[in-house]
Amino acid sequence: MVEEVKLFRTWSSPYALRIVWALKLKGIEYETIFEDISNKSPLLLRYNPVHKKVPVLLHRGKSISESLVILEYIEDTWKQAPLLPESPYEIARAHFWAKFSDSKLMPAIWHVFLTQGKQQEEAIPPAIEILKIIEEELKGKKYFGGQTIGLADIAFGWMANLLYVLEEITGLKLMNTQNFPSLSAWINNFSDVPAIKENWPPHEKLVTKFQAIREKYLAAGATK
Amino acid sequence: MASGGGDVKLIGAWPSPFVLRARIALNIKSVGYEFLQEQLGTKSELLLKSNPVHKKIPVLIHGGRPICESLIIVQYIDEVWTSSGPSILPSDPYDRAIARFWAAYIDDKWFPTFSSIPKLQEQEAKVAAVQQVYEGLLLLEEAFIKCSKGKSFFGGDHIGFLDIALGGFLGWMRVTEKMFNLKVLDESKTPNLCKWAESFAANNAVKDVLPETEKLIEFAKIRFKPPSAD
Repeated sequence: MVEEVKLFRTWSSPYALRIVWALKLKGIEYETIFEDISNKSPLLLRYNPVHKKVPVLLHRGKSISESLVILEYIEDTWKQAPLLPESPYEIARAHFWAKFSDSKLMPAIWHVFLTQGKQQEEAIPPAIEILKIIEEELKGKKYFGGQTIGLADIAFGWMANLLYVLEEITGLKLMNTQNFPSLSAWINNFSDVPAIKENWPPHEKLVTKFQAIREKYLAAGATK
Repeated sequence: MASGGGDVKLIGAWPSPFVLRARIALNIKSVGYEFLQEQLGTKSELLLKSNPVHKKIPVLIHGGRPICESLIIVQYIDEVWTSSGPSILPSDPYDRAIARFWAAYIDDKWFPTFSSIPKLQEQEAKVAAVQQVYEGLLLLEEAFIKCSKGKSFFGGDHIGFLDIALGGFLGWMRVTEKMFNLKVLDESKTPNLCKWAESFAANNAVKDVLPETEKLIEFAKIRFKPPSAD
């Protein structure tokens, strides 16, 4: 009996990509439903009435929203290729770093990316400080979880392709292999995992899309 | 049966709703611990060493190893002390996802709006924030009806993850009601949550650690004293 799994996503959402990676790593078959964010489907609104966002996972007729919640659900439901370690302490660490990606790194990077001039100059040092924290955490490790890819890696995965996209658009280099050897190595290790490599959104398309987002933000809000 | 009294420390402070979450979880599992209280305005060396990334409370130290972030601590407690109390997280994956979803909603959306109320100067902005808080509570009222299935708590018969996530803020909800003369938990809007609040506050794991509203008000007056106009 095949259990129906459906994933509502967009081609580029970094949050939705996390779910693609988790499902691929566990070898779970699923159907993709692509959403147009400017014209959300009635199904998406029905399945995620609170946030009205992707990703949404549909399994056994029930919907689960919020990427980190979905990742935990996948881990709880399908036991093969575990994404979390065994010990409660290591699990807590994985949760800590997954949360750090969203609560600290992402806002800091966006703040650099969506600003210009003096505002951007001021946004850079805090972003680098946060990257240094991550560099420190990755010292001596292949992945956040150690030798195998796990939940925290998947949570940080957006960094492995978007950082380069954002650097290309702004011309700013926040990190390099010299100052961030562990982080650079992690990006390579992560990107090399087949389930990840086979599911990168096309680079040029990402550049175009995020270029447009940056322009829209700069035009709309020079007041801050 | 209390365990690991010397082995378990909690760095925190009695007014913090996040610290309260950890204390309730420890009580549910009857875990003895040393409560190391931080002084207002300073951060101890132990805190800075144990949570160098965020420098925030609560931090649970178990066997010398630190665990940070209140809900991560609660889950850790649930996973370590499995036999000394009822489960905090549900066992069914979907129920777990629902509990996590609403806990994330509370921390990411509801609490920032709720905590902004005292800081907002303009009446219009204050009213808008209060309205958003009510809307959030209406969603949580619906979630309560679904999760509790007629029982007293989001977790059913026992206090669970989502009870702890929301219940941590109960003292501050009451403070807001008294200090701003409005109802946060309103019987006409969220009758189930009102009943839930009473059951929660009266629960054995909660009642001795839930700060008294009057004490919190005194604390709030000192902590959130507006800077004097110079």
